[in-house]
Amino acid sequence: MADEQALRSILATDCGSTTTKAILIEAVDGEYRLRVRGEAPTTVEAPHEDVTAGVLNAVREVEELSGRALIRDGTIIRPQQDGEGVDAYVSTSSAGGGLQVMVVGLVRSMTAESAQRAALGAGAIVMDVLALDDGRRDYERIERMRELRPDLILISGGVDGGETRKVVEMAELVAAANPQARLGEKYELPVIFAGNVDAREPVRAALERSAALTVVDNLRPTMEQERLGPARGEIQELFLQHVMAQAPGYPKLMGWTDADIMPTPAAVGSLIETIARRDGLNVVGVDIGGATTDVFSVFGGTFNRTVSANLGMSYSISNVLAEAGLENILRWLAIRPDPRRLGNDIRNKMIRPTTIPQTLGDLAAEHAAAREALRLAFEQHRLLATELKGVQRQRDIADAFGAAGAQSLVDMMALDLIVGSGGVLSHAPRRTQAALMMIDAFEPEGVTRLAVDSIFMMPQLGVLATISEEAATQVFYRDCLIPLGTCIAPAGRGRPGSRCVRVAMRPGGGAVEMAVPFGEMRLLPLAEGETARVTIEPTRGFDAGAGRGRTVTADVQGGVVGLIIDARGRPLRLPDDAAERIEAIRRWHRALDAYPDDAEADEALHGDGPEVVAT
Amino acid sequence: MTAATTHGYTPGLRVTERALIRRVRRLPLPGHVHVQVGHEVTAEQLVASTELPGNVVNVNVAHELSITPEDVPALMLEGEGEPVEARQIIAESRAFWGLFHSIARAPITGTVETISDVTGQVLVRGRPISVEIDAYIDATVVVVQGDETVVVETRGALAQGILGVGGEAHGRLKMLCSEPDELCQAELIEDACRDCILVGGGRVTLETLQAAAEVGAAGVVTGAIDDTDLDEFLGAPLGVAITGQENLGTSLVLTEGFGDTPMRRRTFELLAERDGRRASVNGATQIRAGVIRPEVIVPEPGATWDAAEEQAGGGLAVGSPVRLIRRPHFGLPAEITELPERLEAIPTEAEVRVARVRLEDTGEVVAVPRANLEIIVQ
Repeated sequence: MADEQALRSILATDCGSTTTKAILIEAVDGEYRLRVRGEAPTTVEAPHEDVTAGVLNAVREVEELSGRALIRDGTIIRPQQDGEGVDAYVSTSSAGGGLQVMVVGLVRSMTAESAQRAALGAGAIVMDVLALDDGRRDYERIERMRELRPDLILISGGVDGGETRKVVEMAELVAAANPQARLGEKYELPVIFAGNVDAREPVRAALERSAALTVVDNLRPTMEQERLGPARGEIQELFLQHVMAQAPGYPKLMGWTDADIMPTPAAVGSLIETIARRDGLNVVGVDIGGATTDVFSVFGGTFNRTVSANLGMSYSISNVLAEAGLENILRWLAIRPDPRRLGNDIRNKMIRPTTIPQTLGDLAAEHAAAREALRLAFEQHRLLATELKGVQRQRDIADAFGAAGAQSLVDMMALDLIVGSGGVLSHAPRRTQAALMMIDAFEPEGVTRLAVDSIFMMPQLGVLATISEEAATQVFYRDCLIPLGTCIAPAGRGRPGSRCVRVAMRPGGGAVEMAVPFGEMRLLPLAEGETARVTIEPTRGFDAGAGRGRTVTADVQGGVVGLIIDARGRPLRLPDDAAERIEAIRRWHRALDAYPDDAEADEALHGDGPEVVAT
Repeated sequence: MTAATTHGYTPGLRVTERALIRRVRRLPLPGHVHVQVGHEVTAEQLVASTELPGNVVNVNVAHELSITPEDVPALMLEGEGEPVEARQIIAESRAFWGLFHSIARAPITGTVETISDVTGQVLVRGRPISVEIDAYIDATVVVVQGDETVVVETRGALAQGILGVGGEAHGRLKMLCSEPDELCQAELIEDACRDCILVGGGRVTLETLQAAAEVGAAGVVTGAIDDTDLDEFLGAPLGVAITGQENLGTSLVLTEGFGDTPMRRRTFELLAERDGRRASVNGATQIRAGVIRPEVIVPEPGATWDAAEEQAGGGLAVGSPVRLIRRPHFGLPAEITELPERLEAIPTEAEVRVARVRLEDTGEVVAVPRANLEIIVQ
């Protein structure tokens, strides 16, 4: 790789479970800009079984679109010379199901939860959490370990100087299970111990014959302290050493890249943290993929990530249907849908995961499923993104069993910015659709900015930051982050049509005033790059951020959608009556100009397609 | 501008009369291989077996004897690795000249796995669990690796499905339907279906599957099913397409998917031509990395196989036969007439890379997202 100072061009790929995405970044007049993007299906399965085939296919698309030669002799040309090749190549990966970790701790809501946060923060999927209070018998825990075949096991437990015996007991269970690694039958399963320092030696003795043990600093050295860095770092190291090295084609890919391959969620997480830190914001980020949905948040400087392993838009879309229920998906459609047809369509998407909606009806149905996937993933995030449990009161382990949960750190009224990423949000034909999906799923309150990853390139920029923070930051703000605008949403409930909020906006020299009744949405134009001072006067019973009925004045930023006034109330409840609900959804779509024409969408979903014949 | 070829779009499912089929039969742990290279084996023939370690049950001996963990090893009556019977006394303590007597018993029959002086726990491992693996297909043993892996090979017809449930089974092929779009109804199931792999055509109903399981059919292969019927048959909603472990009484292979979709004619005819022949079926599916497709295999030991076809799976090109795999043309065959390089808007307003294809039935040329094409391997 050329020196960071001298980087003229960078190629970055993200090998997702469904699609491999490649972006070409070039330095133009001293500024790094996105040049083109290409994509191709990920190739970790037959007939290819080599991730680099998909990488080369995606890069070939970049070649075709940019007219620049990037591949020679089956590899990426480096360094850049005579207009060919690039100076650096980096990649992230979540293909092969990502990094699958099993967490073992003592108390589910304390050390086990800290361990879970460490694993999630490292970009892992947590397959299960075993703890003394998980309600299972030992043989059930052992069976679970054998059945799941994780990529690695993270054992925590005990504050330093505290409980030892129970920690060793859990380690003995791991040894008794003798779990085999998911990939690579010949190597020992990696196990990380990040618990009580006093338990290190007995844990080592318990596991020496059955696992490749690494010991790192206790992730919960005291009740009041959570130190996730060392465990996170070790998880990522093992991800490279073991998981990546065993996945089809990865050893070759690792030989091509100029920086370690990062797990996709870790790359996105580091980018979200950077945004929050740089601008001092409370941020929620979401990356909705084919198999999983990751939610990231930074509130008051505390970073959290959760991954919903079986909520996604292709491989896992049937699980969204199973978890949310068909009714909850149907409720977001501006039509009277045919449940049988929708159920079958969702299953067909699961078995042909790389297909994309071709009709408006199909698009609306996927957007409906996305709302539910996002909503469920966010619910899971709220449950894990909490204050440290066990801190407030002096108590021992026994006291913690069944103790009331700690306060969630997620405060929707304090939230400043929501950033959406992932195919269904980044590729929504109209940006308004992405804004509406995020508002419906997350229900922001008060004043909240919305943005999307323009073409789903946050993963690549996250890993790019490891070799050039300057290039990553420049491209992120100039080409990646698309400001959608700002959402104003008073919290509270009222009667449909009753007064809810009055908003006065003064963009530039002009002034606009609008009263929005309860149950309605409105859109005020406020373009990208523009800011305006708004005065929000909620009626009694509604809170826009300063308390019920109190006026809020704020400087809001525009975007490609504008200023959205959402007077549907919080919590958001759709009308129970189907006809009323459909009419309401159509009004909201019209108010935001979200879809081309509801009648057409209706026709697309219900009209008779060509008869299917046997071929 | 039009690109001559493009790369890596959805490879079609394999449906071929002439395949070289190899299947790896691997034990979960090393054990005993019962065949040698060159042996002719039948589908039901045992090729390898082993014993898995039994389940582990713990006994908190320190607690039961009211002693400290470090005293446990000295009070054990059986050492690590020694066999024990259920209810057998494995540790004993006496205090005050035998006045207070405490014992700990083995919860199951097995062997003492570990005795911990840190936790005071004793782990007892139950009796080994026997695992036997058959050949799955009528074939020849071509590889034996150590004491855990056998590779069997045959030539013959192979039809991959898109989704299946249930595991491996074998039996004679029996046609239920006479056309690939015929509804696969319960009335078609009769006693003669026992032990057979039943070939339907169009959508299969829940009642048909239940009747097939009741009569003892080895498997059902058909075009499609309604999602609610599949959930009912499984007893729970199918969340992700990772299957094969279900115990349903009969295995199911869907060649097309969900809804009223007929079986592809080529698949139907391939199976119909082999009506009555011995075949193997496996519903196991994994639509994730390391993809596994359900399959029907009809061995024909003397058949030739097409090496070129084995290598197929390349790119799209003008003239390529394809199948459209998304509404509004789901299931239709077509031929690529143009591969425009520039992005084009489709009815959803999304701008994507498309292929222009001529629909085989009407001759109409339509633009379809390349992602919604499946290559038909000729």
